[in-house]
Amino acid sequence: MELNRLTAHQLLELIKVNSIESQEIISFLEKRIKEIDNKLNAYVRKDRTVDVKSEENTEGFLKGIPISIKDNICTKWLPTECCSKILEGFLPPYDATVIEKLKSYGAKIFPLKTNMDEFAFGSSTENSYFGPTHNPWNLECVAGGSSGGSAAAVASDEAIFALGTDTGGSIRQPASFCGVVGLKPTYGRVSRYGLIAFASSLDVIGPITKDVYDSALLLNIIAGYDPRDSTSVNIEVPDYLKALNLDIKGIKIGIPKEYFVEGLDKQVKESLDEAISVFKKLGAECREVYLPHTEYAVAVYYIIATAEASSNLARFDGIQYGYRIKQKNLISLYKKTRGQGFGQEAKRRIILGTFTLAHGYYEAYYLRALKVRTLIKNDFDEVFKEVDCLVTPTSPTPAFKIGEKIRDPLKMYLSDIFTISANLAGIPAISIPCGFTKNNLPIGLQILSSPFNEEMVLRVAYNFEQNTVWHKIKPKL
Amino acid sequence: MEYEAVIGLEVHVQLKTKTKAFCSCSTEFGNPANTQTCPICLGLPGSLPVLNKTALEYALKVCLSLNCKIQEYTKFDRKNYFYPDLPKNYQISQYDLPLALGGFLEIELETGDRKKIGIHRIHLEEDAGKLIHTQDKSLVDFNRCGIPLLEIVSEPEIANPQEAYQYLISLKELLKYLDVSDCDMEKGSLRCDANISLRKKGSLSLGTKIELKNMNSFKAVRDALSYEIYRQKLVLQKRKRLSQETRLWDPKKEKTFPMRRKEEAQDYRYFPDPDLPVFVIDKEKLKMLKASLPELPFEKKMRFLKEYGITGSELDFIVSERQIADYFEACVKIYPKPKTIFNWIAGPLVSELNELKISFRELKLNPSDFIELIRMFEDKKLSNIVAKEVLKEMLRTEKKANQIVEEKGLLQISDKDILSKLAWEVISENPVAVSDYRSGKINALMFLVGQAMKKMKGKADPKLLQVILKEILDK
Repeated sequence: MELNRLTAHQLLELIKVNSIESQEIISFLEKRIKEIDNKLNAYVRKDRTVDVKSEENTEGFLKGIPISIKDNICTKWLPTECCSKILEGFLPPYDATVIEKLKSYGAKIFPLKTNMDEFAFGSSTENSYFGPTHNPWNLECVAGGSSGGSAAAVASDEAIFALGTDTGGSIRQPASFCGVVGLKPTYGRVSRYGLIAFASSLDVIGPITKDVYDSALLLNIIAGYDPRDSTSVNIEVPDYLKALNLDIKGIKIGIPKEYFVEGLDKQVKESLDEAISVFKKLGAECREVYLPHTEYAVAVYYIIATAEASSNLARFDGIQYGYRIKQKNLISLYKKTRGQGFGQEAKRRIILGTFTLAHGYYEAYYLRALKVRTLIKNDFDEVFKEVDCLVTPTSPTPAFKIGEKIRDPLKMYLSDIFTISANLAGIPAISIPCGFTKNNLPIGLQILSSPFNEEMVLRVAYNFEQNTVWHKIKPKL
Repeated sequence: MEYEAVIGLEVHVQLKTKTKAFCSCSTEFGNPANTQTCPICLGLPGSLPVLNKTALEYALKVCLSLNCKIQEYTKFDRKNYFYPDLPKNYQISQYDLPLALGGFLEIELETGDRKKIGIHRIHLEEDAGKLIHTQDKSLVDFNRCGIPLLEIVSEPEIANPQEAYQYLISLKELLKYLDVSDCDMEKGSLRCDANISLRKKGSLSLGTKIELKNMNSFKAVRDALSYEIYRQKLVLQKRKRLSQETRLWDPKKEKTFPMRRKEEAQDYRYFPDPDLPVFVIDKEKLKMLKASLPELPFEKKMRFLKEYGITGSELDFIVSERQIADYFEACVKIYPKPKTIFNWIAGPLVSELNELKISFRELKLNPSDFIELIRMFEDKKLSNIVAKEVLKEMLRTEKKANQIVEEKGLLQISDKDILSKLAWEVISENPVAVSDYRSGKINALMFLVGQAMKKMKGKADPKLLQVILKEILDK
């Protein structure tokens, strides 16, 4: 049996009967990576030899099942470079809280990190210093971004499951492009300690998995209050697997009118309509709802996210760690190091953010964006008084061609139009496979619910998954 | 034309919490470079700040003591600028919602009158690291980086350099009373910048503001301000314009010099730090803090004046440090002779402590043991010289007075028979002095007392000895 093709929960079932060493699973993954990753580029620094010996506890709940980690989550003494030249060779002296938790649950941290847009700036993984990740369903297409590497690795069985991060859709959009499950938890549900910040008020770590069950299983491990993250929230973590046992009879599903607009791909729309009929068959009540401030989400997002990013990325200056161009004078050291260390998109966002925070512009841009963000959040608060969850497409289109949007940042930014609002409002959202286009590209469906109601999101997703086959179809590579 | 100065002071004090403002690294001073650091204060990627609650508590104590209006909620902002001593290239500070606004500090003027100097705002921030420049390299020490720093900004209500000096003295006294800062300018735990402008006397409009930096003592602040008044007057009298600038005080040349102009005006691009939530300041907690505040220097002064009748510079001394005042009061409780106790503390005790280089805070001498010694002296069991010797011994060995006296046999000898015998001996041994005395040289008597004391190793009661000697010689 090719162990790499299994999910974590399937492996756990298997381990109950047969003893399977962590190393066995890793060997299968390594073989798979050797075979196909030169085509996909889901992992970075593959030439690197890593000393796999570690003090990890493989006796815990996960029995040494390997998990793949996005390159912006700190792993102790394992290079964490955010796929940026400026962090070249950065070895974190500490583990992110999620990594600590995974290790304590007996997970094996896979020694290769997954590809991403530099500092998570992008929707296609084309902005990686290590080159783009290709879509396992069509190598000419993007895998989505910024967690494109994690999504492509999971979709192509180069990983059992993975962690991604989501600031404006970076887990959900690549999950939908690659035909896998991606969950963005509520802001504050999972500790950000050790996540190299892009936009601190929006960033969330979450699972990218082959099915909904694995997402619930992984969330059970990584969720929870962390005293090291002042923005994490101290409320009890339920057993998310339990929520999967419940059906969705009588559940009220809202379909936001604003998400079915011009620019929405016809095939995506058709898949969504089919999905809605599945929900109805399962006894859910579907109705149209309104999120009137949706149209401002992209604008608000790009003001807030870039402002925070411009400050978060200031620390990459070549002084303490990472890439440095030696200069006699301090200012030119800063300029040369940052000028050559950051890629095009990173520079664009730093400049945008620096501009919107500048004296005299702050009120007109940043402060105003914060106010509109509150309006967007209020929209959701209102709508969740009426319905239990919302169902929308994850992205207006299926995966696009590599190179198609990279020279048009505005077009690229619009591919996050359906995912951004969840980050602005801080609410949980999942993307699950709901069909394919005629060209055999996966289509994703997004389910959103109120803050800390991941149970609802997972429950609705699981019921859909159990009554459809989309998640079982694998790309041919 | 007559001018008047308008002065405002900006004081930064390091709070003496055990750990830094946003991580658990030690704040201890003087350790090897970069030994008190962690991913958080080094600003390593992925690390996050968590507010030190004690730092907030200390800061609130200061705000309460300076009669400020404490905000219902407070937030932290990022002050963005690039500098190698600032590892994140932003400082966590407070911009538009500082901890407190609008208080005052009461100071004593030279005339003895009191004046309230307004406090504009108080906010909490983190200190930066320290750059060390060698011949060919610049090095950074991040031990200091992240130590909680309180910025206390006065209103421009200080009228002259002496008032500024008094303001600093009173502020330091207050902070030390609260036990929230060492206020040691040499170690950098207190730093002061000044803003000064001149205007026509009586005018309501303000003149051009000059910022002064690099003053390393309170005296330097006073001197720099005096110099600036002199310099600005000269410029204004020539009908020239002053330019708004930052000037550095050069203590050697005793002049201020313009700081090298920055390339352009700094824009710190303040915005709320998304890593730290808004903090609601709990009213109950605030009440408890207020109740826990110690008696502050001014109140204590008034009470000591009333209760113990201590005045003037003696009063200033006794309340100058909370530890001294507390020690004094503990002693008076046991032995209600404030004047005597004052003399013992301000005299022998302080000079011994100085010699041993111990502060009052470190003093282990129990007030009751100290009083025992004072009582032995007052009861004439010990001579003045011997009592001071015993005190020295007590501080060094931590033994009690009677134990030392017993061990060394230091009790004062007041036995008339012994002293008479001693007197006769001294008289027979010093015929010249005796005849000098008899021929009217009164001083010779003191010489004979001295000789007798020497013989008894200081233990004899000198007053009684003098009486006895005089009796014999006058016969």
